Amino acid sequence: MLDFDILFPSLLNGLTTGAVYALVALGLTLIYGVLHIINFAHGASLMLALYGVYLLNTRLGWDPYLALPLMVAGMFAMGYALQRVVINRASHGKDENILLVTLGLAIVMENLALLAFSADTRSIDTPYTLRTVPIGPAMIALPKLIAFGGALAVAGSLLWIVKRTDLGRAIRAVAKEKQGAKLMGIDVEHVYAMSFGIGLACLGAAACFLLPAYYVNPQVGSGFVLVAFTIVVLGGMGSFSGALLGGLLIGVVESIGGLLLGDSLGQVGIYLIFIAVLLLRPQGLFGDRA
Amino acid sequence: MKDMVSIGIFVLAIGTATLFIDSGVTLNFILMALYATLLAQAWNMLGGFGGQFSFGHALFFGSGAYVQAMAQLQGGINAWVALPLAIGCAALVGAFVGALAFRYGLKGSYFALITLAFAEVFRILALSLPFTGAGVGLMLPLRAAASNLQFGSARGYVLLMLGFVALALGVTAWLRHSRFGAQLQAVRDNEDAARALGIDPLRTKLGACVLSAAFMGAAGAFYVQVFQYIDPSIAFGPTTSVEALLGAIVGGMGTLWGPVLGALALHVLSDLTRNLFGNLPGINMVIYGVVLVVIVMFMPRGIAGIGRSVRSLWQGGRRG
Repeated sequence: MLDFDILFPSLLNGLTTGAVYALVALGLTLIYGVLHIINFAHGASLMLALYGVYLLNTRLGWDPYLALPLMVAGMFAMGYALQRVVINRASHGKDENILLVTLGLAIVMENLALLAFSADTRSIDTPYTLRTVPIGPAMIALPKLIAFGGALAVAGSLLWIVKRTDLGRAIRAVAKEKQGAKLMGIDVEHVYAMSFGIGLACLGAAACFLLPAYYVNPQVGSGFVLVAFTIVVLGGMGSFSGALLGGLLIGVVESIGGLLLGDSLGQVGIYLIFIAVLLLRPQGLFGDRA
Repeated sequence: MKDMVSIGIFVLAIGTATLFIDSGVTLNFILMALYATLLAQAWNMLGGFGGQFSFGHALFFGSGAYVQAMAQLQGGINAWVALPLAIGCAALVGAFVGALAFRYGLKGSYFALITLAFAEVFRILALSLPFTGAGVGLMLPLRAAASNLQFGSARGYVLLMLGFVALALGVTAWLRHSRFGAQLQAVRDNEDAARALGIDPLRTKLGACVLSAAFMGAAGAFYVQVFQYIDPSIAFGPTTSVEALLGAIVGGMGTLWGPVLGALALHVLSDLTRNLFGNLPGINMVIYGVVLVVIVMFMPRGIAGIGRSVRSLWQGGRRG
């Protein structure tokens, strides 16, 4: 029988993973909420960010946490440029086209990484990789704990940007009513690109928190992408608090599912939740019926 | 009628050419081009005519492939009998996923997501279950005899594949001209308007999904017979899904000959890439991804779209 001593560490582990999931999902939900597109290249972009952190660490000896400002800025720039130069031009005003273009981008990114880094799984070595911290009966890896705190902090600052700054107001205005926002003098194209940039910047931060306790290979993004979609759908498309709660929830489900069913079947649990939510409550657990 | 004549000419030309070609390389080229055509045409039935973009069409491909392999390995069933079984099971999976998705009104990105999720679930199941051979996959013993659906040379496979492609083209032509096809296209263009005219959108989309899945299943069964091997990532991984949708989109969605042209163009392209870069891992998919982005950016109606623009220019010129 499962007792508390086994369940509790698994729960904590799930929460720490979930916080990083939430960070990935926040980026996705921001892009969805504003542009009303599903960014299929989200997982691949995370993978690129992970390789970025990996290279900074192994080539230049940067600590992954110190790489955070550079990664956030770099991913933001990439997102801004992708939206302005590629996605916006390819859309021709149709959502299906955006769907296809982001899928194409994901394929290109994943396979370029395969070309450049081969299919090997890589990880980095830091002084704190193996350090653990006792919490109650559980021992939690230090990088996971930092990831938990860091992910929540980034999520908090994202919420602050969206709720309190002029840019955030512009983003919300465009999300609600594009035409109206344009008439108020908001540069819609710029807001679109900013949103896409911020969405990818979240991935830059997530990569810095993930890598010390995780690994990277060209396929790593596809594992995250469906998880992130699940969270976004679960939390209600475009809802920030939904993405945060959904991320933690999915992290816990995955961790406990893995405990009960074994790792690979535990993954199936996530997809089944995803399919069930899509079918039964496509507006999400916390969203309103559209 | 005109479509049937052109399909007949196409099949006759390739069929007779196959009988006179002895070069294994050329036969293999034709074989793989026909195979890519079948994938593209199958995706086109649902994506092009029904407007439902599936990102996980490998789901049906893999179902057909696994049924074809398992029926022979575990059921001891003859390959020719396994073939309709594989196609039927793939169609059944199509009916199940289609019924779920369309019943709950999933469309656009939601439909793309749910097909992707189902393909992933099937991939993980195939990786974990004992009777699918788990990660090792299933290997079909080599018993080359026409009665085992294993041909000594590529020629037999080409003729079989040609049969499937001819059938797929026939069904596509039927979608263009039949009542059902007209209803399907009406639903694609405006679902509410179609419903107001008394069309049942659920039934038409479901029909297209089942047809499309059946042809993907045939391609899967065929894959197993040719390569005598299947594993979870070949069966349910993204490569086949991408190949299917890319062929249809590059060629031109919702047309009869577009997917044929698209599949051929992609196949030539991937051959060229292989000659230029050798077997660098992933280079093929990089090119496919770039082609997808470029086509959507600059030629959203595909190769067939160019033909149409040229024709309308020509006709416009004559009228003026």
